[in-house]
Amino acid sequence: MTDINKHRDKFPQKNPDGTNIIDLKSGKFIKVWQGPNHPGITGNMSLELTIQGDEIMECKTHVGYLHRGFEKLMERRRFIQCLPICVRIAVPEPDFNEYCLTSTVEELAGLKIPDAAKWMRTLLLEMSRLQSFLMWIGGQAGAFGLGIIGQWSNYVRDLVLDRFEEITGGRIYHMHMIPGGVRGLTPDGFEKRMEETLQEIEKVMKDIETTMFNNSIFKKRSIGLGYIDPSMVFEYGVTGPNARAAGIPKDVRKDYPYLKYNELDFDVITGKNSDAFTRADIRRKEIHLSIDLIRQMMVKMPKSGDYMAKVPNVLHWKIPKGETYVRAECTRGEFGYHTVTDGSGYPRRINVRGPSYTHAVALMEKLAIDVNIADTAGLMVSLHTYPPEIER
Amino acid sequence: MSFKDVLKPFTAWKNLAIEPVSIKKPLERQAAPRYRGFHKNNLEKCIGCGTCEEICQNAAIDMVPLDGIETKEGDSGLRPMIDYGRCCWCALCVDVCTTNSLTMSNHFTWVDTNADNFRFIPGAENKPWDNEELGYKKPENYELNNPYRVEMVEIEPEQRDKSFLEIVKGFSKEQAIKEADRCIECGLCIATCPAHMGIPAYIAAVRNDDMEEGLRVLYETNPLPEICGRVCTHKCESVCAMQHKGDALSIRWLKRYIADQVPAEKYKEILETENIKKNDKKIAIIGAGPAGLSAAYYLALLGYNVKIFEALSGPGGMTRYGIPEYRLPYDQIDKDVDYIKSLGVEFQFNTRIGKDITLDKLHEDFDAVFAGTGLHLGRSTRIDGSNHEKCYQAVDLLRDVADGKSINVEKKIVVIGGGNVAMDIARTLARLQNQKYGKVQLIITSLESEDIMPADLEEIVESREEKIIIEPAWGPKKIKIEDGKIKGLHVIKCLSVFDEEGRFNPKFDENKKEFFEADMVVEAIGQGMDLSYFSEEMQSRLEMTDRHKVKVDNNCQSSIPWLFVGGDIVAGPDVISAIADGHRAARGIDNFLSQK
Ligand SMILES: Cc1cc2nc3c(=O)[nH]c(=O)nc-3n(C[C@H](O)[C@H](O)[C@H](O)COP(=O)(O)OP(=O)(O)OC[C@H]3O[C@@H](n4cnc5c(N)ncnc54)[C@H](O)[C@@H]3O)c2cc1C
Ligand code: SF4
Ligand code: SF4
Ligand code: SF4
Repeated sequence: MTDINKHRDKFPQKNPDGTNIIDLKSGKFIKVWQGPNHPGITGNMSLELTIQGDEIMECKTHVGYLHRGFEKLMERRRFIQCLPICVRIAVPEPDFNEYCLTSTVEELAGLKIPDAAKWMRTLLLEMSRLQSFLMWIGGQAGAFGLGIIGQWSNYVRDLVLDRFEEITGGRIYHMHMIPGGVRGLTPDGFEKRMEETLQEIEKVMKDIETTMFNNSIFKKRSIGLGYIDPSMVFEYGVTGPNARAAGIPKDVRKDYPYLKYNELDFDVITGKNSDAFTRADIRRKEIHLSIDLIRQMMVKMPKSGDYMAKVPNVLHWKIPKGETYVRAECTRGEFGYHTVTDGSGYPRRINVRGPSYTHAVALMEKLAIDVNIADTAGLMVSLHTYPPEIER
Repeated sequence: MSFKDVLKPFTAWKNLAIEPVSIKKPLERQAAPRYRGFHKNNLEKCIGCGTCEEICQNAAIDMVPLDGIETKEGDSGLRPMIDYGRCCWCALCVDVCTTNSLTMSNHFTWVDTNADNFRFIPGAENKPWDNEELGYKKPENYELNNPYRVEMVEIEPEQRDKSFLEIVKGFSKEQAIKEADRCIECGLCIATCPAHMGIPAYIAAVRNDDMEEGLRVLYETNPLPEICGRVCTHKCESVCAMQHKGDALSIRWLKRYIADQVPAEKYKEILETENIKKNDKKIAIIGAGPAGLSAAYYLALLGYNVKIFEALSGPGGMTRYGIPEYRLPYDQIDKDVDYIKSLGVEFQFNTRIGKDITLDKLHEDFDAVFAGTGLHLGRSTRIDGSNHEKCYQAVDLLRDVADGKSINVEKKIVVIGGGNVAMDIARTLARLQNQKYGKVQLIITSLESEDIMPADLEEIVESREEKIIIEPAWGPKKIKIEDGKIKGLHVIKCLSVFDEEGRFNPKFDENKKEFFEADMVVEAIGQGMDLSYFSEEMQSRLEMTDRHKVKVDNNCQSSIPWLFVGGDIVAGPDVISAIADGHRAARGIDNFLSQK
């Protein structure tokens, strides 16, 4: 194998600011498009790569393949009717949309929701994080050629979806949070089935830890890949595990506690090396944290009581003029809704902050430089991005 | 990295030995009890209100007619059809369904080769999941609307039982908007309202705090909103979709709210009636009751020269001379009538057609005639003693009270009758007793037992609050008279009022007797019409219905072409039917004269 680094000084030449000098006419560079050809988690967006040999010299990110105009569409829907739309903004983790939408509406309407509803929402959000991480871990492993991990993790993710189905009646799009509260509490015997699920996840996680995190291939390909310098965290607005892997303890659950998070016991998980491996390790630990938080909730959560506030007729519900921003810690980082109302029955503007926007569009262009083309998918997944939330 | 990192991944092979976790027969998997699967609809319960269609942001629902489902009062006859090419199973339709008829099963597999079949009418197509118990239902204690009405504030019994102060206070702005918010705009009420008023539209105007728009909607179909907003029989409320969730909308009070908010001076400007172009045709109207007033209003709008002839000294008909002031203050009648007057409608009071002017003369002098003369002859029980001078007809007494004549109320009174007129006269006399004697000694006795008494429940409740005693299920037998004075009423037990065919045919138990002491008896058992203003020749030409009312066509035209008839002598009896007749007759007269 040629060690590329030995010949670093020969090609490519660098600009004074450290960027690569690219001269397409020289015949030494090729342009390659990666994507948008697979409708999976990192698909629906494409990378315009300039490569030399098998190394990426320049990366331009292109989005726009998945634009469904949801933000605009919601301006033509009554507040209640936005719910079935908003969940589609982050398909693999829809609950954060429900939470942010309902709570901005509630805040602007001056509506207080019952305590049991707050617990229920916290549970749904944490379950959502858990299943999203489980889905991600399969993707990350798969991108580095460890196909089996995804099969295991999807099995236990399905068990979490079973629990969602029990509570909400839906597996993917739960639509359980409604302005004013939630559509119900946990059914009888839920704690037991949840506990069984959590134990099954722990069992599978043990296997994953052995086969993925103690795996020379995975380590070799992920250690040192996609280093995010701590200074970039603030420059680029990096959040979530991507920031925490750089040693920056950013976590909305702690920084701006919402719902019932300040009644739960947990520490923010951080790492040091800020590469793909560290990020994966943080997410692995987050899975265990979610399991722990869900266990805490199973003990603390009320099993009965009001879960829905009195709301006016949702068909005519006018929300007073105002604007607000509500954020929450999703698996990718800070997820937020900036909702603007004009006193009518329709939102004037809803702007969704999906963390993937920063991570996949801006950050990726920077991190991809000098990366081996075979590692782009792994790098992309290590940023944990969901294109649907980039293009609302 | 260590050598272990090379070996450890091989532990994955151990999974080869375990049972696969995948489900072998996914089509047989039972979904969770709350699963949001295929829709079910209880078609008997569903009223076709279309709220499900309204909330569905995917436009997956269309309301469609269905064989075997008839359009009837309170039911549009339509049922939701769902397009599963659009539905996202959000179940908001289930949450808002006013009758809770729409639910979901937990079925989620349906294989079909014809894509059109996935547009289906839940409940109508015998699906395997129709009788499935499990599946998503609207959760308990969870509502996306307020099921209950805003309570109307009334003045306390102690404040009202000596005076004729209006009992119902009316909504404040905040209350009205809150109540108006509950309307789901299904329009079922429009079909039932005899005048087909634009109810959801004026309720929307209340919600939007746009009183001018509200007034415009009211006057499209009803020129007596202050009157109707107080005393309408509100049939619309009996079909309101929201009653299935909790309470019907307070439609009547919302109408009153709009009319109360707009000052009379602004009516002409808002309703754009400042410059009506007059034509040269003249219409005579007999009777200044709701029917006559309504006809006059709409004819005036069309440019006709309208003159109303009224036997009594003021306008309003039974709304003034029957309905007591505590329910309908005279100044509110005046507000409605004055506006009609301001459009150039002429009134000639104290003029009884048939006595002061003949009907033939009206026919000669006018291009067409409308008669809405109402039911003003009290019916008598004809029992022994009922011709005593202290045995009165309710309508006569009420008229005297309205006219400001003093009435000789006695200490002990018995009122015979179980309808609203009985309540009105009883509560009027109770007030007068209170004023004169400081206490109420009044019994209302009806043939009907309390559960089938025709009077409104609130009338019964409020009468009792005003210390009136109600004695249901007694038949009047004889008025006891001693030394020329009424001593009381003998009654016998009434076992049933109607026979098996539903005809009026009361059965009594002669052995069960009671005696109600009284020195005055009032009969309130119904009113009849007085058509003596028709000449004999005309009476012979005037066709009547089987129910002894004047027969008219859809335009209120009688069998005598130039004579249009409406109100209580045609249908009803209630104010809103009379108003609807007046409106119809105005259109009919316009047609009739333009064809001439
Ligand atoms: C005590 C009582 C309470 C009632 N309460 C309610 C209620 O709460 N809600 C409701 O909807 N309805 C109520 N009604 C019924 C309602 O008042 C009538 O249905 C309605 O007034 C009918 O209107 P109309 O125009 O047909 O007749 P009327 O209102 O009876 O008006 C007829 C007019 O014609 C005049 N007239 C009659 N003959 C002649 C003639 N030959 N020449 C000139 N003028 C003549 C009469 O003096 C009268 O003014 C009540 C009725 C009574 C008696
Ligand atoms: S909301 Fe319910 S009652 Fe109304 S049409 Fe739909 S299914 Fe029928
Ligand atoms: S479940 Fe949702 S999308 Fe489907 S018909 Fe009902 S409201 Fe429409
Ligand atoms: S008032 Fe009642 S019946 Fe009429 S449109 Fe509103 S909800 Fe429907």
